[in-house]
Amino acid sequence: MSIFTEIGEADGAPIFSIRLSQAEVEGFTRLLTRSLNRNQILILSELRRPSSSITSILAQISEKSTIPLSTLKLNARILRDLKLITYGSGSKTPRLTEVGGLVLKMLEQDIKEIPNPVIGLSEQLAERSVHLKKTVERMIGEAGSGHLGPSLSCLDMLLTTYATRIRVRDDVLILSKGHAAPALYAVLAEVGIIPMEELDTLRSLDSRLQGHPETIVPGVALSTGSLGQGLSVGNGIALASKLSNRRRRVYVVVGDGELDEGQIWEAAMTAAQYVLDNVTVIVDRNGFQHNGPTQEVKRKDPLKEKWEAFGWEVEEIDGHDFQQILRALDDADQADRPFAVIARTSRTGSNSH
Amino acid sequence: MRWTEMERGLKIESYREAFGRALLELGAKNDRVVVLDADVADSTRTALFAKHFPERFVSVGVSEQDLVGMAAGFAISSWLPVASTLSIFLLRAWEQVRNTVARDRLNIKFVATHAGLSDFADGSSHQSVEDIALMRTVPNMSVVVPADAASTRSLLIQATETSGPFHIRIGKDYAPTVYVDDEPSIGKAFCLREGEDVTLVACGVMVSFALEAAKHLQKKGVDAGVLDVHTIKPLDTGAIIKAAQTTGRIVTLEEHSKIGGLGGAVSEILCENHPAPVKRIGTEDCFGRSSRRYLPLLEHLGLGVSNIVAAAEELASGT
Repeated sequence: MSIFTEIGEADGAPIFSIRLSQAEVEGFTRLLTRSLNRNQILILSELRRPSSSITSILAQISEKSTIPLSTLKLNARILRDLKLITYGSGSKTPRLTEVGGLVLKMLEQDIKEIPNPVIGLSEQLAERSVHLKKTVERMIGEAGSGHLGPSLSCLDMLLTTYATRIRVRDDVLILSKGHAAPALYAVLAEVGIIPMEELDTLRSLDSRLQGHPETIVPGVALSTGSLGQGLSVGNGIALASKLSNRRRRVYVVVGDGELDEGQIWEAAMTAAQYVLDNVTVIVDRNGFQHNGPTQEVKRKDPLKEKWEAFGWEVEEIDGHDFQQILRALDDADQADRPFAVIARTSRTGSNSH
Repeated sequence: MRWTEMERGLKIESYREAFGRALLELGAKNDRVVVLDADVADSTRTALFAKHFPERFVSVGVSEQDLVGMAAGFAISSWLPVASTLSIFLLRAWEQVRNTVARDRLNIKFVATHAGLSDFADGSSHQSVEDIALMRTVPNMSVVVPADAASTRSLLIQATETSGPFHIRIGKDYAPTVYVDDEPSIGKAFCLREGEDVTLVACGVMVSFALEAAKHLQKKGVDAGVLDVHTIKPLDTGAIIKAAQTTGRIVTLEEHSKIGGLGGAVSEILCENHPAPVKRIGTEDCFGRSSRRYLPLLEHLGLGVSNIVAAAEELASGT
């Protein structure tokens, strides 16, 4: 039965009333919390009783929440595009549209009591991650060699990106830090691209699973292993997609040690020059490179400022917290510039100790 | 013989102009062609393509490694990238060519301009006498060295119709005409002149010098054949073995180091299949230098017509 009931007619067009059961309200709320991100919901609720200009309202939110003003501005623009809010330039007071008001009402139907769908997903991912990290340890043990720490440190990001992006959209992931191949293979098996049984053949003579990823393995977009080269290729794919009017996001996973390679910064400038808002770099900031701690070998800090200076939007996260990873990927989806996620990680595969 | 005399008798065209025009033709014919440049569009003549197809021209700044990577991204996305910069600066990204491009056999055509000593005035930093050796050793790579302007066009077009990575090496502006009615095919050495006594096996600008040398040798009673080996990889081994069988003596000519280039490739094949005396003409194990004019620099480094004539005579007089 339709939730829309025709109750009359005006100027020749039908008028509908919407009657909802509690379950339907909850369904709608879930739908809306999936469609809108937290920043957008925050802006909507602040606009319930607007008092000043959009700029000063957003500035207040930013101050209270520490969310960057630029992020809020972008999200406000998205809300305006969706016709949920209206505001003009200058001091004109912003307000919710009729639909915006309705959306807010639905969102606030005890919004605190309705489970955030993101939490459910992140719990599932966390559970799989525990299992996969054991698998990676076993694979490298079987093979007799391989880079365990750098595999464990980026596994959660690989898993999240493959599960929520690569598998369900036309997106591409390049593992520029190819020495994390065991983590990539384990994730490819987890999402069903290669058979689980194949994992234990890593580095053997008759296996597709080379020490560093090669495109002979389904799901591997680029053969890597020599550091510093993935971002340029990712940019090329991103620009080619734009020229083809193809909606496609490219994720490039780089190590923090890898940032010593000059080509990374050549490519960082190129991405900014071409405003490649469909490129996301994920920096696996595990703090170590081959010779020792990055702080001792070649300092990367201030890393956030470096990427920002190169024209990128940057978000720093805990790279083992799935809610934060998911949110960062959502924010990357809405960026109007190339987006860098700097993920603090540990070579043990967990930050919680 | 004097260089000025030689120049008088030949029609001189420009490699890079021919390349620039060929790109324009390709761009009009195929809308998947995209041209990538590392801030040398005027020098390589890709600027012509940029002017006509600005939306398909990608400039990455002075970043050769990034140039190669970007081209790889386009190739992965089923575009047909032509990436061009000066030969020696492409070599800066040799490892990117090997690891990112060649291993995945990506369909990229690299056009390396100013190769050999053709950037005579700029000196050794800008000259490139190592690229054939470096590129032909990479699995999956094809290496093409057109002899003149016309074959630069036709070999480039053929390369774009052949899948896989290519290193196409051309000089700058001094391109004496070799092909008028004929068109060489990739992978097939082209016999420009039959001979009985010795075969001059050449590539690039040295092909025209070989033809010139053959005329002088004729007067001296030496019948020299000329074979244009424009495709160094995959090498037309059949034609080279046949030349050794026919004349029994080979002189290789290249605007490249004697180490590892055409001379090296020909020697490798003959050693194992049909051992015959070979003399290699190329730069010695040394760098070039600046010169205000091109041809005197070649002569200075032992790549002149007189050097070819002397080498062929010496071989032909041997037993």
